[in-house]
Amino acid sequence: MHSNSYIITFVVIMTTVVAALLALLYTGLKETHDRNEAIYNKKEILTSIDPTADKMKDEEIEQIFNEKVQQFVLNASGEPVEGIMAEKVDMAKERKKDAADRKYPLYIYEDEGKTYYIVSARGSGLWDEIWGAIALEEDFKTIAGVAFGHKAETPGLGAEIKDSKDWKASFKGKMIYDETRDKYLTVRKGGAKDLTIEVDAISGSTITGDGVTNMIKAGMTPYFTYFSTLKGEKTGQLIETN
Amino acid sequence: MSETVKDVQVQKKEPAFPFGKKERALITDPLDDNNPITVQVLGICSALAVTTQVLPSVVMSIAVVFVLAFANLTISILRTNIPKQVRMIVQLVVIATLVTVVELVLKAYSYTVYKQLSVFIGLIITNCIIMGRLEAFAMANRPWRSFLDGIGNALGYGFILIVVAVFRELFGKGTLFTGSPAELKIIGNTPEFFINTTAGWGQTFFGWYVNNNLMVLPAAAMFLIGIFIWVQRSRNTKLVDIS
Repeated sequence: MHSNSYIITFVVIMTTVVAALLALLYTGLKETHDRNEAIYNKKEILTSIDPTADKMKDEEIEQIFNEKVQQFVLNASGEPVEGIMAEKVDMAKERKKDAADRKYPLYIYEDEGKTYYIVSARGSGLWDEIWGAIALEEDFKTIAGVAFGHKAETPGLGAEIKDSKDWKASFKGKMIYDETRDKYLTVRKGGAKDLTIEVDAISGSTITGDGVTNMIKAGMTPYFTYFSTLKGEKTGQLIETN
Repeated sequence: MSETVKDVQVQKKEPAFPFGKKERALITDPLDDNNPITVQVLGICSALAVTTQVLPSVVMSIAVVFVLAFANLTISILRTNIPKQVRMIVQLVVIATLVTVVELVLKAYSYTVYKQLSVFIGLIITNCIIMGRLEAFAMANRPWRSFLDGIGNALGYGFILIVVAVFRELFGKGTLFTGSPAELKIIGNTPEFFINTTAGWGQTFFGWYVNNNLMVLPAAAMFLIGIFIWVQRSRNTKLVDIS
């Protein structure tokens, strides 16, 4: 049997050694971790335009972001915020803030004369958070492509929002909202009825699909306000917004 | 302690790192006769969760080999100095440290796999196989043998994991090794698959084939492991008497 003082000494030494070891390793690798995370997020955003982006090398992703992508951050009333890069906006943190204080990252991707506006949204799936990047065409309403992510949706069912290329491709060409802006893009259980603005839900993942619908409906207003001003500048006059 | 005395006496006769019949059995036994998953039925939780695809299963297996081998080694080296009253806590601290090391390294060098495994790496800490081996083997055996025992048991675990994952990924998604450079697309309904069920000879022979969505759910792993145990016991009669 060991004495109490031996046990206490043993535990204290063990904890100190372990703590020092892990602290050292963590600080040593922190830089690589941050870089990996940034690239992973960028990759996710790029897959909305180019579904093959997830196969790209890290350097290619960086290069595309440096050369073709402009980053903006909007506040809740749709005005651009100076002095912050969109990639620094952590959507998970933003979602916890009051709606009025949130920041909205906007990426503008230009390639060979075509411009895409990539907006981000975040909402709730069945088990945990889901998020997405939606690329819009120059008319600010036709969808050029989408990329979704999720924290813990069921593999094979809800997780298909991220994994199924076919499903993501079905968003292409749809409108993100209708003429009167009463209705937003909807994931419909039982099959899309209005093909211009609805996509088929994945069978077995109704709640995740509804989560996608709600996420798009809830998170887009600041972007549309900003787009209206952009449109106004282009045509030389302000277009009324709802 | 009398144990320690005996250890020292035995050590004198043997080389520092013996690799005889006994030592080989430490590695081969857990692969079949004493498999942690199918015979001891430990570590089922992670076996159900990570086996949807082959790549995460392989990475998980490597992680467990590393953690279990070095946890066994560390605990075995310290075994005479560890106070009995706090031995479980000490074991857990060693496991948790090694798992955190794995997590940090993986996050730095293979971020996509880290994302895929996410919570399961952390859950290695609670994997019953590891704690079980530390308590049952490393606390009573010398470092070298404990190290081998760790590798053996982790390989036994990894072997089942990978076999289950091959079945689940092949029949659930029609692919193998998704996410790695060796990605194989075997059967599916688009031209990029080797057997394309919508055109040509693929359609003639496999037009009826649809990926089985059940395979992607954890329940499928339960069935597969069940079938595994069944096959193993009908083949290996030694095991039938145990249960």
